[in-house]
Amino acid sequence: MTNSLEQLYQQIILDHARARHGAGLQEHRGEGVVGESHQLNPVCGDEITLRAVVRNGGVHSVSWEGAGCAISMASASVLTDLSVGLPRDEVIELVDNFRDVMRSRGRLEADEEVLGDAAAFSGVSRYPARVKCAMLAWVALEESLLAANH
Amino acid sequence: MTLTFTPASSPGTEGVLTDAEVRRIRNDFPILDTRVNGRPLVYLDSGATSQNPLSVMEAEQEFYEQRNAAVHRGSHSLAVEATDAYEEARAAVARFIGASSNELVWTSNATEAINLLAYSMSNASLGRGGTAAQRFALAPGDRIVVTEMEHHANLIPWQELAARTGAELRFIPVDDDGALRLDEAEALLTPSTRVLAFTHASNVLGTINPVSELVRLAREVGALTVLDACQSVPHLPVDVKALDVDFLVFSGHKMLGPTGIGALYGRAGLLDAMPPFLTGGSMITTVSMERAEYLPSPNRFEAGTQRISQAIALGAAANYLTETGMPRIEAWEASLGARLVDGLSRIEGIRVLGPAAGAGRIGLAAFDVDGVHAHDVGQFLDDRGIAARVGHHCAQPLHRRLGLVATTRASTYLYNTTDEVDFFLEAVSGVRSFFGATS
Ligand SMILES: Cc1ncc(COP(=O)(O)O)c(C=O)c1O
Repeated sequence: MTNSLEQLYQQIILDHARARHGAGLQEHRGEGVVGESHQLNPVCGDEITLRAVVRNGGVHSVSWEGAGCAISMASASVLTDLSVGLPRDEVIELVDNFRDVMRSRGRLEADEEVLGDAAAFSGVSRYPARVKCAMLAWVALEESLLAANH
Repeated sequence: MTLTFTPASSPGTEGVLTDAEVRRIRNDFPILDTRVNGRPLVYLDSGATSQNPLSVMEAEQEFYEQRNAAVHRGSHSLAVEATDAYEEARAAVARFIGASSNELVWTSNATEAINLLAYSMSNASLGRGGTAAQRFALAPGDRIVVTEMEHHANLIPWQELAARTGAELRFIPVDDDGALRLDEAEALLTPSTRVLAFTHASNVLGTINPVSELVRLAREVGALTVLDACQSVPHLPVDVKALDVDFLVFSGHKMLGPTGIGALYGRAGLLDAMPPFLTGGSMITTVSMERAEYLPSPNRFEAGTQRISQAIALGAAANYLTETGMPRIEAWEASLGARLVDGLSRIEGIRVLGPAAGAGRIGLAAFDVDGVHAHDVGQFLDDRGIAARVGHHCAQPLHRRLGLVATTRASTYLYNTTDEVDFFLEAVSGVRSFFGATS
């Protein structure tokens, strides 16, 4: 196997693909506004339903249910860890930042200071066919946060 | 893990393809020398689209260099030459499937051919084509039957036709192994059934369906038969008269030809009675400001300037296949298919779809890897230069029925060697450990 395959599937990604933090949609009761989004990749059938709770302008909780490849599942797991506890607007910026890296065809290196574990997905940007897999949960969270704003 | 095989064909036997001969065939396909990701390309995606031999590419280039002109329009010498070449290609492709030229309509691909049929029937249902076309008309109470293993191309046009006409769409289910439930077919094919559309060979399961059995059932109730031959015409000898179907469709790009060309076969007499689908130039006899009279088949269905160079290149592809020998190609691919299934079934955590090892299948195998998503399998294979297809292969209902979302498919053609199949099997055997799915 080549180096590039190992760069794509970094251990962090393989671990998150199994651990799946945030998996299992949580019912929300109590304070806060709930936003939800369903995303589907028609090419491969990867799917995610993500629910975010916004409380006092911050992301209070993220939970999701999905089926898909290691990249898409790990990405949802990393995103859950990354976004909970952050101000809503900051998370929307994070999504933009991640999207820029993903669409860069390998030209942009992710800033680990900003993206944390999500920087491990940098390698995905060299595989245009897989960018959508990495983006699936991020688009779902973005939509959920927009929905939770109304 | 060790993989052991017994050769399915004894090399050297006259008439049988051998690895040595396949290596010679490969010289005709320049793309097979490509390297991807620093590795020699191992192309196992011919089920999606096949590669073109030099003779096909040269036919297209030669047409543009020496004969390019509009066909069936104008009478200058170049136009006559272009028309001749175009019609010779039709004759070659018609001969290739045992049809005559007026029974073969050019389309863009199989998908367009099925849509042509569905829209023609739709037009007949609106009364177009007069009484001659009434046998193609559908109304509420009528039934269209397909199967659960169809490619979306042979499902959605019928869903839409049913929705437009009020006819009902039913399907012959498959069992847990993906085989057609013939016991249910009989009950489904009621006298109200007007169309039975089904695939000859499944692009996912690799099964070859019992055409004569299904045609017999359809005949008994007076239903028209439509055969999706996308995965059979390129790979096995196909004779439309022996199959005895009313319509048959296939795509050129899956049989060594270029993209943009495919065909609809229709039994003599049927096509001439059908109302046209696309209308305009080149398909008419007399036109007034109010109405038009239409040419007979095949021109009736070829409105507008046609895909001339593609048709000519497809003619060259059919000739290439005939010269190589379809029975030899069929036997070679059956041995590759058996090797694939045999090898895959020996790898822990692999579930092969379709007929078990030992049962007949065309040269492809789709499979599920326990604990690893098909997309990740495909990426792992791509890293080794192996081009395989991942996803639902345009057969979502079949995947759902088998409890799957996406699978990986390796599909072979006359230019694949046993070494390539073995290299692929070796690669697959490393997938689960790479992704940590073995425990
Ligand atoms: C069984 C089957 N039917 C129909 C099609 C559709 O062919 P095309 O996309 O060339 O129209 C395909 C190939 O994708 C196929 O494998």
